[in-house]
Amino acid sequence: MGRFHRHADGTAHEHGDDQHGDGGRHDVGDHRGYRETGAARVDVLQNILAENDRIAAANRSAFAAAGVRTVNLMSSPGAGKTTLLQRTISALSAQLRIGVLEGDIATSIDADALAGLGAAAVSLVNTSQGFGGECHLDAVMVRSALGRLPLDDLDLLVIENVGNLVCPAEFDVGEHARAMVYAVTEGEEKPLKYPVMFRAAEAVVVNKVDLLPHLDFDLGLFLANLKAVNPQAVVIRASARTGEGVEEWCRWLAGDRGSVKLDGGNRARP
Amino acid sequence: MHELALAQAIADTARKHAAGAPVGRVAVRIGRFRQAAPDSLSFSWQLLTEGSELDGCELSIEHVPAVITCKRCGAGTKLDWPILQCRTCESTDVALVSGEEFLVVAIDLLEVPHGPVPPPR
Repeated sequence: MGRFHRHADGTAHEHGDDQHGDGGRHDVGDHRGYRETGAARVDVLQNILAENDRIAAANRSAFAAAGVRTVNLMSSPGAGKTTLLQRTISALSAQLRIGVLEGDIATSIDADALAGLGAAAVSLVNTSQGFGGECHLDAVMVRSALGRLPLDDLDLLVIENVGNLVCPAEFDVGEHARAMVYAVTEGEEKPLKYPVMFRAAEAVVVNKVDLLPHLDFDLGLFLANLKAVNPQAVVIRASARTGEGVEEWCRWLAGDRGSVKLDGGNRARP
Repeated sequence: MHELALAQAIADTARKHAAGAPVGRVAVRIGRFRQAAPDSLSFSWQLLTEGSELDGCELSIEHVPAVITCKRCGAGTKLDWPILQCRTCESTDVALVSGEEFLVVAIDLLEVPHGPVPPPR
């Protein structure tokens, strides 16, 4: 194992025990402080995101203590997360108390779109500091929003992440499950280009299927690509615009809150 | 895009473990299935450490290939593509055995603080 040390002439470098050809004699160069155990290398072996994960675990405990199922919803910009959420809140708010944590680089446009639809609470996190902003939510940002959410009065919390197919997949924010919205206008190859995101999602909502007659999109090819990177993914075909598939999505979203009845109770979970 | 956040996390970890000692190098291990563009991470690291106590500290990145083991035939496959399929028997019933590493492995200190050596007992 190479070790860093500094010589009397001010140079610093690393080498194994005998690369000075001096038999590893420690009276050559300045080896002060080097113990024979090689104490200059400090083994860390810690996950790069350990601090984020620690806070995410605390968030998860807070959600669990309040009895709130929390889902992290991710997608590229424009795939239809907010429109799907509007449908979702309208469909579920009579049965479940839903909160939304809205993550956006800037503006309150999405949060405003959800207001008044029957959600128990909508909390906005803007990730920007001046121009530009973080491309994802992390556990600290979500923790900062918890104080503004009445967790004890919620059954379900949806965290709408920043629109981005790369970064959000790397950051645990304390959710219980992850889902993504994918629009058929995005192209069949996306699972192969963004495998980490498609692997991170337990459920993939294939949105905008009402557009299929107007597109060259090959749904079979997309599903094969998705299966190649994430064989276990739950696939839900939907159109947030027409409402197709929204019921199936709501059932998945409600998860262990699954005694939920949609549409007056005639479509109870089997 | 999130490499600056990663560089910050790496720097925080290095500082914590260095406990005030100057750090010459930080070694990280990143699997192919993680998303950290090496150039962007190195650039972020330089940007972030300049002028700080980690100024001049080298970030050494070790990449780990993505490898799967087939649960059906037992063969191992090193992946060039993110397709989780056994190259030998084409089964998709596989386990990812490496490629998701995301570790600060070690830090190399330039000097070890050397307080008085405790007397032998």
